[in-house]
Amino acid sequence: MEQIKVEIDGLACEAPKGSTILDIARANGIDIPTLCYDPRLSPYGACRLCLVEVEGARALLPACCAKADDGMVIQTTNEKLERIRKTLVELLVSDHPMECQGCSKSGRCELQRLADKYGITESSFTGEVHEYDLHRENPFVMRDYNKCIMCGRCIRICREVQGVGVYDFVNRGFKAVPGTPYDRPMQETPCEFCGQCISTCPTGAIKARPYEDFGRVAALDMLRNACAYFKMPEEDMMKALGLESWVTRTTCAYCGCGCQLDIHVIDNKIVEITSPVMVGSGQGNLCVKGRFGYDFVSSSERLTRPLIKKKGKFEEAEWDEALSLVAKKLGDTKKKSGPDSIGVLSSARATNEDNYLIQKFARAVIGTNNVDHCARL
Amino acid sequence: MDDIETAKAILVIGSNTTECHPIIGLRIKKAVMQNDCKLIVAEPKHIRLCYYADKWLQLKPGTDVALINGMMNVMVEEGLADDPFINDRCECDRYDELKAMLKDYTPEKVSEITGVPADDIREAARTFANADNAAIIYAMGITQHTTGTDNVMTLANLAMMTGNIGKPGTGVNPLRGQNNVQGACDVGALPNVLTGYKPVTDPETREKFEKAWGVKLPEEPGLTATEMMSAAAEGKIKAMYIVGENPMLSDANLHHAEKALKNLDFLVVEDIFLTETAQLADVVLPAASFAEKEGTFSATDRRVQRVRKALDAPGEARPDNEIVADLAKRMGYEMANVEPAAVMDEIASLTPQYGGISHARLDALPDGERLHWPCPDADHPGTPILHTEVFTRGKGWFAPAEWQAPAEQPDKEYPLTLTTGRVLWQYHTGTMTRKSDGINEIDPHGHVWISPDDAEKYGVENGKKAVVTTRRGDIDIEAMVTERVPNGVIFIPFHYVESAANILTNDVVDPVSKVPEFKVSAAKVKAK
Ligand code: SF4
Ligand code: SF4
Ligand code: SF4
Ligand code: FES
Repeated sequence: MEQIKVEIDGLACEAPKGSTILDIARANGIDIPTLCYDPRLSPYGACRLCLVEVEGARALLPACCAKADDGMVIQTTNEKLERIRKTLVELLVSDHPMECQGCSKSGRCELQRLADKYGITESSFTGEVHEYDLHRENPFVMRDYNKCIMCGRCIRICREVQGVGVYDFVNRGFKAVPGTPYDRPMQETPCEFCGQCISTCPTGAIKARPYEDFGRVAALDMLRNACAYFKMPEEDMMKALGLESWVTRTTCAYCGCGCQLDIHVIDNKIVEITSPVMVGSGQGNLCVKGRFGYDFVSSSERLTRPLIKKKGKFEEAEWDEALSLVAKKLGDTKKKSGPDSIGVLSSARATNEDNYLIQKFARAVIGTNNVDHCARL
Repeated sequence: MDDIETAKAILVIGSNTTECHPIIGLRIKKAVMQNDCKLIVAEPKHIRLCYYADKWLQLKPGTDVALINGMMNVMVEEGLADDPFINDRCECDRYDELKAMLKDYTPEKVSEITGVPADDIREAARTFANADNAAIIYAMGITQHTTGTDNVMTLANLAMMTGNIGKPGTGVNPLRGQNNVQGACDVGALPNVLTGYKPVTDPETREKFEKAWGVKLPEEPGLTATEMMSAAAEGKIKAMYIVGENPMLSDANLHHAEKALKNLDFLVVEDIFLTETAQLADVVLPAASFAEKEGTFSATDRRVQRVRKALDAPGEARPDNEIVADLAKRMGYEMANVEPAAVMDEIASLTPQYGGISHARLDALPDGERLHWPCPDADHPGTPILHTEVFTRGKGWFAPAEWQAPAEQPDKEYPLTLTTGRVLWQYHTGTMTRKSDGINEIDPHGHVWISPDDAEKYGVENGKKAVVTTRRGDIDIEAMVTERVPNGVIFIPFHYVESAANILTNDVVDPVSKVPEFKVSAAKVKAK
């Protein structure tokens, strides 16, 4: 691929032709603030936060859309640019209820971070504030339009990535929001509850309801409030408190797409599931099962002790007793009727390592090839 | 799978991709919406993907081979086959044999069998053959037939004939039902092969494993899951050890499975819930879930990825590796180190395809990078696309397959064709998804889908209970009257205990792959 050379903030950079200024800057560790940008979506250029100055250009260019040309000399930050950015953020904050304490996006919210960066607490513009009702009519996605900054990411991800198109801007002017047709509840639209819109929304306007409404954990609320109070992003706050990350990267256990999950766990309870953007099969997108289908892990119906059936009824037992019984029964059967009178079924949901051990058990310990899993079913 | 987006034509057959493999569904949608890809969907019922399709071929259930043969007939007749590829990479006499067989599959004749208009078959053939690169995606709709093996071979014929093998955005891509079917097969959880698909009947293979494991190994292939059930019913299998499976809901012909399991002298089940199968057990062992242990899964595209422990298992539940090792020890066999990372090293040492894979290597991969087997050694970058140069067996081998009618045809008594499958909201036998309050709220119970005409004919009303009967049994289930199924066909998802579709299905199996014919049974329906 053809390479081009550009200079960004005095740093010489090289990149494939066709890259945007933002792509090149981020690849070289230079941060340009953005709000309407998501690498999963085509560039949109609405928020103007990413404006940069290009030598010889007549106007400032939005870095998320503007393709870099060979030899460009680019400045991503200077007094003028920062002044513009500050004003833009102030305008957004002016009609945003900055009640970050209590908002579950606190610590991860892109608007909060920018407001903190530019030292904006309350806007110098005293704008009219919205008073929309919360939309929590379905079990998965809740919407709080009071916090919407009209970046259009939810609309675009639902259309461009999910191919569904549940939302569009409704109403006009100050009252415009990304709504559903005729303000219908989402379960009456073609919504697939993939939660892609949750994953892209930069503010607390769209949130995952299971965790917001039912999964609240005191420790998490405290962290969110602390982030808001000390104006720190979540990672920094965790570090400051000397806490280990509570996020574990793993692979979804539902289907063979193999999406990568970040499981957030507090007090041995899953509080949220997200997916790393631009990583793995899903690139940060999941389906309803991957994003919301993991209540089962902490279900009260989980088996917690071995059970032995005595006179037709299960009784709890010690591991030692249960395993001795199994070993004896399998051993006796093998002795009496031969190894091929025993069958072993492993699982297409178990890990490679466990499957390997189970077939090894069948072959090396029992001495039979009667081992299968349910690939066929 | 990452390269699916670059395909210029995609044939999706027997796969409700957006619901069963949603993220691969996204890639297909993206190809269509942003890459000008032509999408052909061959599927009896209307699925979401049909909204994105250029052509929806609404074939009768169980007529896939006829349809594909018909498309290939058009390609031969109109000179659309990729002759250079065939001459170069395939066995030419086999191709001649295929051509001879295809003569009978004129679009008109195929139209009669499949119910798809002849011109649609022609157009689909042209679209597929004329695309620069074209991919085929199939799932259980193809394999769950008595002719499943023929179905897959026919798709391979189509891909080879059009030169769509071994480059990005092409190939015959199976989508497996459960998350780690690929991995379970790779590591030898099959009755006829050890890890890496090495046959148990091969003395050299056995010798290698015997040396590694320090025991003598059985020489004869064992029984498949379905065969084990029959053997249990006949009293030949006396004891079973079932780990994380729920055959009581997933087996075709549930009544048969229940009888088989009840007939056992001893049943031990290891699972995270007291499933329908576990309830029949003599001993139930509580296991850790995937979120509570370390390991790897192999995705449907052979990508090996890490599973990591995010939380502690509840109560005394233990991970499978510990349980199996403990049990082995009590039976007099010491399994060396069963820490998952060490087990992967053992797999790698015995399995050339996994030779270069280790937990350490996977953990060190930068974000966004991945490792696909075959990966023979630690320096090998992995193989995202198979068959780029030569086929595993040398030259491409056409395997002509004639269409055969499904084992059970509708008749006077059972006039409808029942097919089963999945819906987006639920997963497999529902042991996991049905514990989610949210999912239950959106999708509380199963439905039988029936066309408006059939509903009227059999007096069934939308939202009211109906009774569906096949030769194996009957179930009560709410009716959903919808144009998404054609006349003569009804559809039931199999996730729900209280209306278990697999009470109805046929356990006749494909003679080679032993997959039961879930997709087609003859049925009748009436109002309850
Ligand atoms: S959950 Fe998915 S389908 Fe529903 S609105 Fe959000 S992005 Fe669209
Ligand atoms: S709801 Fe969120 S993603 Fe959608 S426009 Fe508002 S702020 Fe942007
Ligand atoms: S998130 Fe959905 S699509 Fe992705 S692996 Fe899980 S079940 Fe499959
Ligand atoms: S990020 Fe570039 S305009 Fe919004």
